[in-house]
Amino acid sequence: MHLALFLIFAAFCLAGAINLLLQTHPINSALSLIVVMSSLAVLYLLLGAEFLAAAQIIVYAGAVMVLFTFVVMLLNVGEEEKTHGSKVAKLIGFPAAVVILGVIATIIIEAQKHLGRVALGDQVTTTQDLSRVLFHELLLPFEVTSVLILIAILGAVALARKEGHS
Amino acid sequence: MILWWQFALLSILKVAVVTVILLTAVAYTVLLERKLVGRIQNRWGPSRVGPFGLLQPLADGIKLFLKEDMIPTGVYKPLYLAAPLIALGCALLSIAVVPFGPSDITWHGAKLFEIADLNIGLLVILGVTSISVYGIALAGWSSNNKYSLLGSLRASAQMISYELALGLSLVGVVLRAQSLSLAEIVKVQSVHGILSWNVFGGGQFLAFFIYLTAAYAETNRAPFDLPEAETELTGGYHTEYSSMKFAMFFMAEYANMITVGCVATLLFLGGWTSPFGDLIPPPQNIIIHAFVPIFWFVAKVFFFLFLYIWVRGTVPRFRYDQLMGYGWKYLVPAAMVNIVGTSLVMAVFP
Repeated sequence: MHLALFLIFAAFCLAGAINLLLQTHPINSALSLIVVMSSLAVLYLLLGAEFLAAAQIIVYAGAVMVLFTFVVMLLNVGEEEKTHGSKVAKLIGFPAAVVILGVIATIIIEAQKHLGRVALGDQVTTTQDLSRVLFHELLLPFEVTSVLILIAILGAVALARKEGHS
Repeated sequence: MILWWQFALLSILKVAVVTVILLTAVAYTVLLERKLVGRIQNRWGPSRVGPFGLLQPLADGIKLFLKEDMIPTGVYKPLYLAAPLIALGCALLSIAVVPFGPSDITWHGAKLFEIADLNIGLLVILGVTSISVYGIALAGWSSNNKYSLLGSLRASAQMISYELALGLSLVGVVLRAQSLSLAEIVKVQSVHGILSWNVFGGGQFLAFFIYLTAAYAETNRAPFDLPEAETELTGGYHTEYSSMKFAMFFMAEYANMITVGCVATLLFLGGWTSPFGDLIPPPQNIIIHAFVPIFWFVAKVFFFLFLYIWVRGTVPRFRYDQLMGYGWKYLVPAAMVNIVGTSLVMAVFP
């Protein structure tokens, strides 16, 4: 059961990701990205991370992608056009993607040795367990990350402000 | 324990019953709204079809079914057709995690009064709410009409802004229940009747107010109905929709109202529990024992629907800058104050 669901939603995920690249209209690409995010949430759920799955839907499929589609709609962006840049992107893009993929895969395989692993259909990690880890053992990194995000927001506001206007 | 095919059959049955009841409730909420707004404006409302106009929803349904289904030439077809489905699908989906009655009433170990009992029921409802923006956003964009686009832009901006206040207002309730399961949240409020409801004894009245206001904005209802403000935008995001596709948006709006009523009942008014607590001994008859909680639940949801319509008949529409200012400058800080206050109280009096 778990394996069948995994295969279905992993296929959805990959199909969404490929469709994202192939579509020329930004809104279709954005919608494919929503499919990718939602299928990822199901994969998290299959691995027993229910809170993470819900957060993935609320934050990524909901808030972040709504902002994407909002901007596409607001600017009324048309179809993509081929420019000189896109040739260069094709030439350098594929090797770059392979390199990044390799780096990420090595890190994940390396980290598996000391972080442990989960399997499909493992016991569900409850929200209480998760918050205990987050707010007891990893409190400092967690808070530092939130401060970092706050700084990023302040920076964005400062950059977006027009000069000499106040 | 029951077998898997019994479980599957029971689940299908529960889904069918809940969907039929929900859609009937949607039809009659429309009638209730027309009647009540009529009385608020000193007229009768629909009164010709059937006794007291009670068959009006049926007549409306037949009319909408038989209307010509027009698709304008300029629309972007795939999304134009998908948008009403997304809107209605999301509206019907979130009712699946709502428990309508106590979880101890079971049939061979399967709970009868809820479709799915999840540890993270509350988060699922928030997730579905955040997805449901797409129905409106895509409807406006794919219609290729300036009024539709403006309406859906307003709707997206409004829903993103108020989702924050909505989510934050629920933190106090979750803190008190120490769980995200809706059944668990109700159980915490069931001890002393009305005195242990979150809105009274739980001290969550600020959260209750924020939740209701934000939920009105999320469902695009008056006084936050700017996305379909007919005086400025003709029809807003559904200007280009006709026949059943328009009806699907309409049904989604009312189904969302009912879901909001259910969630507010569960989170703040003690769900299916009686306001008298244990003052009235539970009835001996098993059938009555099963249906008393349903009665309280429906009564509380009806109260919220009545409130929705009452507010619509009373409060004038916000201006756009007022809407944004109110959400970001008042509701979100108030929700944070509520979180800090609730945490302090819980820390001092554990």
